[in-house]
Amino acid sequence: MPVQLTAQGKTLFALLSGDIDHHTAPALREQIDNAVTEYRPRMLCLDFSAVSFMDSSGVGLVMGRYRHNAAFGGDTQVCGLSPSAERIMKMSGLGKIVSFKKNAEGG
Amino acid sequence: MEKINEFRMTLWAKSVNEGFCRAAVAAFAAQADPTAEEISDIKTAVSEAVTNCIVHAYPHTDGRIYLSCQLYRDGRLRISIRDTGCGIEDIKKAREPLFSTMGGDRSGLGFSVMESFSDKMLVRSRPGKGTTVILEKRIRGRT
Ligand SMILES: Nc1ncnc2c1ncn2[C@@H]1O[C@H](COP(=O)(O)OP(=O)(O)OP(=O)(O)O)[C@@H](O)[C@H]1O
Ligand SMILES: [Mg+2]
Repeated sequence: MPVQLTAQGKTLFALLSGDIDHHTAPALREQIDNAVTEYRPRMLCLDFSAVSFMDSSGVGLVMGRYRHNAAFGGDTQVCGLSPSAERIMKMSGLGKIVSFKKNAEGG
Repeated sequence: MEKINEFRMTLWAKSVNEGFCRAAVAAFAAQADPTAEEISDIKTAVSEAVTNCIVHAYPHTDGRIYLSCQLYRDGRLRISIRDTGCGIEDIKKAREPLFSTMGGDRSGLGFSVMESFSDKMLVRSRPGKGTTVILEKRIRGRT
């Protein structure tokens, strides 16, 4: 399963795994958005620690989830990025709207 | 510098082939004994170029991607990703960070990522004719 969703208090954890690219992103997007719509978490935590590969599609995935979650008043954080994924995320300036954490902690 | 190996392949511009292209180039590069970081950089850059052929080049038709790879004696890997699609009107603009002609979940970072994860990137394009992206990466290896 490419994304495992777990709710804990007001936080929704999304543990992503496998490769994230333009081919795999739509299924991830749909599953996360459905869970957010249903659960309305205060915090959405996107955990990349089990991701084997990511290109700029990962930025689009985070950006889109941030927007969708913000529409319900929730915040988004990203954790477990590999050095290369972090480099791509930082190129996008996404750090201004989403907080990057080392480990999943919610909030 | 002397070329020591080469491969070429043609694929349909279908998104399922993104992972296949990355894996193929990574497997070819393995003979130069790259570090894990070098392999990851190469896969990332290739993924961006191939995805662009799939997302942008053929908006109304089916199309093909022409991928070739050359390895040189000094460890230089040269990857060419070509399509015969719609081409790019303004290459300078297209290469700017965050520029995208597509909405949705596209971020306009593809060319910036290719540039940053390779040593050299060349883009040739003609509207109506197609686009070629050449990526070069020197594999220094694990020595
Ligand atoms: N092979 C191609 N054929 C036609 N147009 C292209 C091609 N590659 C890139 N482009 C154009 O250049 C623009 C910038 O490309 P770039 O990869 O930087 O961003 P993107 O693909 O829009 O978004 P992202 O790569 O972050 O998902 C694209 O929006 C598209 O208009
Ligand atoms: Mg792109």
